[in-house]
Amino acid sequence: MSSDVRFTDFKSDKQPTWCPGCGDFGTMNGMMKALANTGNDPDNTFVVAGIGCSGKIGTYMHSYAMHGVHGRALPVGAGVKMANPDLEVMVAGGDGDGYSIGAGHFVHAVRRNVDMTYVVMDNRIYGLTKGQASPTSREDFETSTTPEGPKQPPVNPMALALAAGATFIAQSFSSDAMRHAEIVQEAIEHDGFGFVNVFSPCVTFNDVDTYDYFRDNLVDLAEDDDYDRHDYNEAKDRILDASKEYQGVIYQNENSVPYEEQHGLTENMSEIPDGAPEDAMDLVREFY
Amino acid sequence: MPADFNWAIGGEAGDGIDSTGKIFAQALSRAGRHVFTSKDFASRIRGGYTAYKVRTSVDQVQSVVDRLDVLIALTPRTIDENLDELHEGSVIVYDGERTTMQGVEIPEGMVGLDVPLQSIAEEKGGAIMRNVVALGAACAVADFPIEHLDSSLEKRFGGKGQAIVDNNKEAARAGRDYVHENYDHEFDYDLETTDNDYVLLNGDEAIGMGALAAGCRFYAGYPITPATDVMEYLTGRIEQYGGHVVQAEDELAAINLALGGARAGARAMTATSGPGIDLMTETFGLIATSETPLVIVDVMRSGPSTGMPTKQEQGDLNQMVYGGHGEIPRFTLAPTTVAECFHKTVEAFNLAEKYQTPVYLASDLAMAVTEQTFAPEEFDMDAVEIDRGKVVDDDTIGEWQNEKEQFKPHALTDDGVSPRSFPGTSGGAHMSTGLEHDELGRRTEDTDMRVEQVDKRNRKVETAQEREPWAYREFGDTDSGNLVISWGSNEGAMVEAIDFLEEEGIDVHFISVPYIFPRPDLSEVIEDADDVIVVECNNTGQFADILEHDALTRVKRVNKYNGVRFKADELAEDIKETLSQEITA
Ligand SMILES: Cc1ncc(C[n+]2csc(CCOP(=O)(O)OP(=O)(O)O)c2C)c(N)n1
Ligand code: SF4
Ligand SMILES: [Mg+2]
Repeated sequence: MSSDVRFTDFKSDKQPTWCPGCGDFGTMNGMMKALANTGNDPDNTFVVAGIGCSGKIGTYMHSYAMHGVHGRALPVGAGVKMANPDLEVMVAGGDGDGYSIGAGHFVHAVRRNVDMTYVVMDNRIYGLTKGQASPTSREDFETSTTPEGPKQPPVNPMALALAAGATFIAQSFSSDAMRHAEIVQEAIEHDGFGFVNVFSPCVTFNDVDTYDYFRDNLVDLAEDDDYDRHDYNEAKDRILDASKEYQGVIYQNENSVPYEEQHGLTENMSEIPDGAPEDAMDLVREFY
Repeated sequence: MPADFNWAIGGEAGDGIDSTGKIFAQALSRAGRHVFTSKDFASRIRGGYTAYKVRTSVDQVQSVVDRLDVLIALTPRTIDENLDELHEGSVIVYDGERTTMQGVEIPEGMVGLDVPLQSIAEEKGGAIMRNVVALGAACAVADFPIEHLDSSLEKRFGGKGQAIVDNNKEAARAGRDYVHENYDHEFDYDLETTDNDYVLLNGDEAIGMGALAAGCRFYAGYPITPATDVMEYLTGRIEQYGGHVVQAEDELAAINLALGGARAGARAMTATSGPGIDLMTETFGLIATSETPLVIVDVMRSGPSTGMPTKQEQGDLNQMVYGGHGEIPRFTLAPTTVAECFHKTVEAFNLAEKYQTPVYLASDLAMAVTEQTFAPEEFDMDAVEIDRGKVVDDDTIGEWQNEKEQFKPHALTDDGVSPRSFPGTSGGAHMSTGLEHDELGRRTEDTDMRVEQVDKRNRKVETAQEREPWAYREFGDTDSGNLVISWGSNEGAMVEAIDFLEEEGIDVHFISVPYIFPRPDLSEVIEDADDVIVVECNNTGQFADILEHDALTRVKRVNKYNGVRFKADELAEDIKETLSQEITA
């Protein structure tokens, strides 16, 4: 790891094709800053991107990266980290990718607590497929496939994470650049699964959950000196409070032990001998 | 044809049938006899008929036959289920004191040995040992020295303390003595022993062992019959080599975890059966397009849907050869014996890495549940070669960078194979994607690059076709005009069927094919033969269809899809009958 890494080193030479004003620009910048601030460089970083407008992030960033199947980014990230715990693993995708088609993996990735970072670029809409309801869309949000709104409550990702035993739950806002980068940095530094739900507005298809809406409704927990992120019950109250949108690290379990540590995974599994292991005949003898 | 002895124990699932059968199989193996086992079972954990069958001989045995010489029947249903296989003089050991077995009818011509298994076991320390008493009785019938049971009893019960081992040894002897004292019948069997050392293992274990030999370090899976044994074998062993087994939340996650492991540079594998293959197919195209080496094992079972989960079938061939949307380069190997499961697994890892392509390894339930004996030298670890293909490191990466020092993971090469750089290699950072991409891995919709990348990926398969042997296995009379072809696990039954057919004066040339794609070119042998029969455990003849297409001709088919594997004697009959028939379109 070199110490003179700048965040622009994480930029690829592909120009983003996101709509001008899309929240994903800010979300990505914050991620790159956080990676650089934590001493990582593109050669030891592995980014896994979902499918969606958000998932294009893999193309615009420069690092080892995988851009896979819709909804399956989390297991790929976990596999990378288990096979080489020296790598910095960051997974990023949309709200549809993470909470709809990939919801099952989300619950289990949280439980597994692999030491990696998960950034959900939550615009409360399906952007790439041009504006259908997502699992975080409001109950009355009218879209092409839900003309009268989905008529079902949005999922509360943080509650889902808490219920699944999360060790780090945070939320940020892409246009609050400094705070967003700080929060992602804390997620990276957390020993375990660092989950950050990022409000990353879609300026083209979502006219409800807009920059103005988040600016007006965001409450930053960092401004509340009494707030204790290690207090599970306090975290639970905030997470279940539907009247506000919170920014900051909402919950962190101080006793988090990441999966790799629990399972004694320290080796880079890419290194193997050029023949069978020396004592391999013992494997055969077991069958006597 | 080996002078064989066929033995079985059957009862309710939950009666300890499996472990008892395995003890006997192991004892025979220790005594230097070859063993081939099979299981009849229902998927319920308790309730339902289940049996463990052992065929043994001093020569190698490779199949089950339709014959049973000694049967330990714990339930009346066990006798009913095996009426076809029992014959005049077969011995049935049962416990007439057991409520359900009271007044049980022993079929005419057979010998019923009423042994109070439970009472004897209780006398020796506990009713739980009644199956071991039965094993002792079987030793008496088969004239098999009971000392050979001892070491397998030690292996089975050693962990529970010497007292338990000793009780079991005594229980076995008491069973033997009871038969000697109460029956003066002359049994025809005399199980000869030899000084040979054999190992006894099943196909799933052979795959697991092959994976470890090949340097597999990362396994992700989701439990499913009959593939779970692969995962259970690796768990507890792979860690000794610095590897890891992870139980995923489903097969979608399993294959993506494995994919992640492979991208990090580990030799990675997953194993499943049909329903899991369906889920994994979602990610299959990504593996191929991103040029990720991965071994995917399909231990086939009877489908479609949940089908008959504990029954045999080779129904997934089309899925493995054609499955997935778009056109996906791949390799599909199908080991033909339990020992070959080991060798083909090693080969699968090498192919996967040399050509950066997903490899299906097609095994099946018959192979997974068969415990078979082999000389340990069949698993020669010194002969295992590991070829990781075109991997670059910090020093060599420069050869594969463009003028902007960007690494080219999908470089267009003559043989189609591009360089791989594992994460951590400096200057190697790159994107892998399911999108069409350029040499750098960046998304593209450029029409020329699209064509070049598709051609390049397919060129890897062509290169492999040229460079690798893709050999088939041959048996019988290679000059015979009667050509029989099969793939996968049918080999053993067919090899023994050749002997049965020979007795009836019928010669056959048998080709056993371990490669489905790419595969050996059989068009000439097919053309030269008078009669061609393709044998497989499915209804439609999926491999037969492929061969007809390859050779542009019609073949005859022997298909079995009732859930039970081929048996040598039965298969010989099928072949004989099919030879006499005209081809039906
Ligand atoms: C299996 C599958 N189904 C559907 C799609 C089409 N699809 C692409 S992105 C997407 C939803 C994206 O929504 P989200 O994850 O919120 O990402 P966003 O575009 O909003 O960033 C869908 C349905 C797909 N690529 N794969
Ligand atoms: S459609 Fe929405 S989410 Fe997609 S790039 Fe445009 S603004 Fe961003
Ligand atoms: Mg979205």
